[in-house]
Amino acid sequence: MKNTWIIAKRDLGSFFSSPVFYSVTTVFLILYGIVFFILLNSFSFASFQTHQLRGADIGLNLNEMVIEPSFQQMAVILLFIIPLITMRSFAEEKKSKTFALLLSSPVRLEEIILGKFLACMIVISLMMLLSGYSIGYLVFAGQPEIGPILTGYLGIFLMTGCYVSMGLFASSLTDNQIIAAVIGFGIALFIWFIGWGAQAAGPELGQILEYLSLITHLQHFLKGLIDSSDLAYYLSFILFGLFLTHRVLESSRWR
Amino acid sequence: MIEVEQLSKSYGPREAIRNLSFQIEKGEVVGFLGPNGAGKSTTMNILSCIMPASSGSVKICGFDVFEQSLETRKLIGYLPETPPLYSDMVASDYLTFAARLRNVPSRKARSAVEQVIEKCSLKDVSNRVIGRLSKGYQQRVGIAQALIHDPDILILDEPTIGLDPIQIIEIRKLIQDLASSHTIILSSHILPEITQICKRVIIISEGEIVAVDSLESLTTRLRNGERLILKVRRSDGETIEKLRALDQTNAVVEQETGQFTIDCEPNANIQDAIAKLALDNNWGIVELKPASMTLEDIFLKLTLEENEVKP
Ligand SMILES: Nc1ncnc2c1ncn2[C@@H]1O[C@H](COP(=O)(O)OP(=O)(O)OP(=O)(O)O)[C@@H](O)[C@H]1O
Ligand SMILES: [Mg+2]
Repeated sequence: MKNTWIIAKRDLGSFFSSPVFYSVTTVFLILYGIVFFILLNSFSFASFQTHQLRGADIGLNLNEMVIEPSFQQMAVILLFIIPLITMRSFAEEKKSKTFALLLSSPVRLEEIILGKFLACMIVISLMMLLSGYSIGYLVFAGQPEIGPILTGYLGIFLMTGCYVSMGLFASSLTDNQIIAAVIGFGIALFIWFIGWGAQAAGPELGQILEYLSLITHLQHFLKGLIDSSDLAYYLSFILFGLFLTHRVLESSRWR
Repeated sequence: MIEVEQLSKSYGPREAIRNLSFQIEKGEVVGFLGPNGAGKSTTMNILSCIMPASSGSVKICGFDVFEQSLETRKLIGYLPETPPLYSDMVASDYLTFAARLRNVPSRKARSAVEQVIEKCSLKDVSNRVIGRLSKGYQQRVGIAQALIHDPDILILDEPTIGLDPIQIIEIRKLIQDLASSHTIILSSHILPEITQICKRVIIISEGEIVAVDSLESLTTRLRNGERLILKVRRSDGETIEKLRALDQTNAVVEQETGQFTIDCEPNANIQDAIAKLALDNNWGIVELKPASMTLEDIFLKLTLEENEVKP
């Protein structure tokens, strides 16, 4: 565990000294800011209208109209942002031959992978924290339900874990960061499409596809529900991605 | 200390090393010698647990590098062919990271870093970003990284490559100092370096060992026949002809004007004859001495012979 943290700490240092991190964070914050602004605007417009129409303040649901969709949009933005964060994890180490330092040190491959995972998770959590001004403002200015906000963040966090473990897998396949990012997008979009295809497929296949889709499982969290099957899905997804990463790195040593 | 048996490694269909077997005792300094692509780096990578071999076994202090890899890695400091440097890190931070990675406890890491900075004369650059250092300084940071946990065994793949002559001498001295308390394996293209530092050499060519021996015995073993060097003040076209005409000379080559190397039969003792010839013709002898066969010659001879034998 100590080794995991040593590796994570170094990776964090290199994130914070790289322009990639700052540009990705800026883009993320701008995109999310726009989404939030639009949602908030249409909400106030709608509530202004209902106010005028009915003459009384019946209170539109802030959770349903702003918070829920803003989490959904955040999930989409993250899909594009996270491969850019994970791409360098192994690709860069392989390219600059620094992987030899890790491999010749008394550190397990599992610890290396977990260290990278941890570093990426911390970086993305930081980005989400910076975007938290939006929800913070709503909590301050309106009266949203706090429960769904907390479970929503938990869901997004778990989903981020899935993206990161896919991204790490992509990065383990190559020593080229761009290729790692492209493969990362590819896998993430593919899994996204599974959920979309579920609606078109027949009832049985549809159910399976829907279970496999990342986004379906997010819905419950956004509604304020923590379902053990959703938790199990996300956690096993993450573990599976890390397991594949491990297999790839281990077998590449044998070649 | 290090026992290598029947070690082979293939990259896909390409065989990089084939049935290497050798042993290295505690405290030895062994030179790994071979032309480009001989398999030196491959062997060193296997010894330092970077990658497993295709077959064969390596035992380091009784630990198997494949099965007890973590224990083995604690004993080894490794400088790969390309120093494993994070170009975005400050040198001293990098060394601290390496120390922590190599199980140096955090309260001792600082002094460990200071020591290697001192040893590898990195004081001036320890606060600079590695990517902006010159190649030689980067190499030194790479060496420092291998020393950081004071390992029993040091594996250095071409440690002096890219260094200036003064640094080369310093690093050699450093390696010689370390030799008293460490087992060291190093590969190098600079042959005199091996002569100076190593007591024993392992010469490999095309993935196979062609010689494992101490330097002295290699030199004597290979000196079948003598070579003399003659320097004269005045020479003309006939000089070489006259030398060739002497009994017992096999080959005479004019290296530069007035300097000849004369290969002759073993125990020929033709110095007298050459001196007389020179006096008679009034060449003006500057120097007449036996040429010691350098490691370079041995190296060429061994690796070339090996190739000739092959079908
Ligand atoms: N990753 C790899 N994939 C395929 N072949 C490789 C790989 N690494 C090395 N080889 C091949 O294995 C052989 C031995 O290479 P190695 O790097 O061990 O040689 P070397 O003795 O270190 O050479 P040099 O003096 O140039 O450093 C070479 O023929 C090389 O082409
Ligand atoms: Mg090499």
